[in-house]
Amino acid sequence: MSDTPVDNSKRTWIIASGCAGAAGGIAAAVPFVSSMLPSERAKAAGAAVEADISGLKPGEKLTVEWRGKPVWIVRRTPEQLAELPKLDPQLADPLSLRKPEETPEYARNGWRSRKPEIFVVVGICTHLGCSPSDKFTPGPQPSLPNDWVGGFLCPCHGSTFDMAGRVFKNKPAPDNLEVPPYVFLSDSKLLIGDDKKA
Amino acid sequence: MADFKEISPNASSGEKLTNWFENRFPTAFQEYKKHMSEYYAPKNFNFWYVFGALSMLVLVIQIVTGIFLVMHYKPDAGLAFASVEYIMRDVPWGWLIRYMHSTGASAFFLVVYLHMFRGLMYGSYRKPRELVWLFGCAIFLALMAEAFMGYLLPWGQMSYWGAQVIVNLFSAIPFVGPDLALLIRGDFVVGDATLNRFFSFHVIAVPLVLLGLVVAHLLALHDVGSNNPDGIEIKANKGPDGIPLDGIPFHPYYTVHDIFMVSVFLMVFSAIVFFAPEVGGYFLEYNNFIPADPYQTPLHIAPVWYFTPFYSMLRAVTTEMMYVLMACVVGGAALALVKGKFSAMIKGVILIAAAAVVAAMLAIDAKFWGVVAMGGGVVILFFLPWLDKSAVKSIRYRPSWHKLMLGIFVVNFLVLGYLGILPPSEIGGRVSQLGTLFYFGFFLLMPWWSKIGESKPVPDRVTFAAH
Repeated sequence: MSDTPVDNSKRTWIIASGCAGAAGGIAAAVPFVSSMLPSERAKAAGAAVEADISGLKPGEKLTVEWRGKPVWIVRRTPEQLAELPKLDPQLADPLSLRKPEETPEYARNGWRSRKPEIFVVVGICTHLGCSPSDKFTPGPQPSLPNDWVGGFLCPCHGSTFDMAGRVFKNKPAPDNLEVPPYVFLSDSKLLIGDDKKA
Repeated sequence: MADFKEISPNASSGEKLTNWFENRFPTAFQEYKKHMSEYYAPKNFNFWYVFGALSMLVLVIQIVTGIFLVMHYKPDAGLAFASVEYIMRDVPWGWLIRYMHSTGASAFFLVVYLHMFRGLMYGSYRKPRELVWLFGCAIFLALMAEAFMGYLLPWGQMSYWGAQVIVNLFSAIPFVGPDLALLIRGDFVVGDATLNRFFSFHVIAVPLVLLGLVVAHLLALHDVGSNNPDGIEIKANKGPDGIPLDGIPFHPYYTVHDIFMVSVFLMVFSAIVFFAPEVGGYFLEYNNFIPADPYQTPLHIAPVWYFTPFYSMLRAVTTEMMYVLMACVVGGAALALVKGKFSAMIKGVILIAAAAVVAAMLAIDAKFWGVVAMGGGVVILFFLPWLDKSAVKSIRYRPSWHKLMLGIFVVNFLVLGYLGILPPSEIGGRVSQLGTLFYFGFFLLMPWWSKIGESKPVPDRVTFAAH
């Protein structure tokens, strides 16, 4: 290095322009990172979908797509509904208090739905996003307890849910299945993804 | 700059040509000497020293086969699965190129794991080779990202649900998690946007990073020189010509040595590619021959074998396990306070940090800590050079029970890997919890246990019998 003394005024400007350059670099990264966010089209796909449930018999399930996720519509039988209140002590969060925003106000009841027999829920496990399988038949079966009364089982890590999508205790899934916003357009027509157009 | 060198007009045309290039591009000649003909490697390398060269070979196989696969593959959720089947059935020799690429992925991890084990045995990560090890760990991390993103591309059931599960792991991070997962997927679920960006990362972004890291790994290695099975610095004994007495030029000695092992490796590689490309569902999982279905999760999902040890650690962290981990934090802090030789201020910091970690463990779901365990399993490797306090480098001269320790570590890693392939079970869960504790204990307690015991005398010169 040379022995010439440092020209402090030049040093200051070098630091200042270095900082300005760094700020510019960060600003230039914003559009690139933002381009990875969901596109307008992906967001538009989040629009509400209609479902016709006139053909849905008691004990049957219908799957519709909303925001690329499966949404299940189950017409529960009176027996299945009768079991729900008895399960409370075995559930991790029977009243869905942990994440109240995932259960709309009209579903914050014993059966987690607007109409007791029609159950609408997003079929994605709250653990790591697998889609649970239907295990509606009561009784002992593989991977399930012997006093099983019907519900859903997640094949990935073994979380179990009751017929109202509520998670059982000591399972990997922390929360109950999410209830999407929905509204009845008529007795046989549902609108999923929007509850304002009533 | 070198002076322009005139050559005698009577020189042969070959010499004239060489001279012509040497005057115009001397760097190529200097680098060849520095990295090949005058790079002096210890003469006592054994079998374990071929895996670095083999991983370079596999890298080349992956790049070349990858280039040809991209000519036919379509990164579109509607077309991807069919385009892979098209490569397999209709593209001339497409099946061979694809099987080489899929087998290459597993082979890559196999040789890299063996290469890392070599480093563990002979203390290759220790001073002055810490940076070589750090670049190597970064290569391992980049390789994991590369493999994970490549696995989504065939758009089969395992591709889809594997990506769904792993991306959802990120959403377990407090506060920023859900937005981060959205940023990775580019949609609310794994979909076309995810496939496209994973394709981009897999074919260009990560390979560029990987190549840069490989160059850094090699340059750093050639600056400090290779370690050897005796863990002796060969540069400490130089001849009058300045060349290490125990060193031999990399070329031709080790190039020939490596070419032999390359032939052996390619025999095994070809046997797998031609006769058992799926390796019983371990290299190519059977569920991945079913197109991705976002509404139906396969009954059993598991990552490919090379991720399963870390996947086991993820699954091992349950709510119950959290209490064990909290006890470990409290115990560790208590030990540091009572036994550690720190100043009062550092002890105060340790106490506060331990209290903060326990509070965070109580406040945040076990799911998040599972992710921390899985990531920590890889990240902890980076700290190895500073955790090992053993008096000598090589396992040959370390106390005998260190061999046992390393042996248990390897068996434990294999058991964790095996359990990660199986569906969750009561007993398997318990074993993987113990295995996870041992894995982290091995590293975190290393500053303590690596000092215990008497090491054997290290010779001045390498152990070598001419053959």
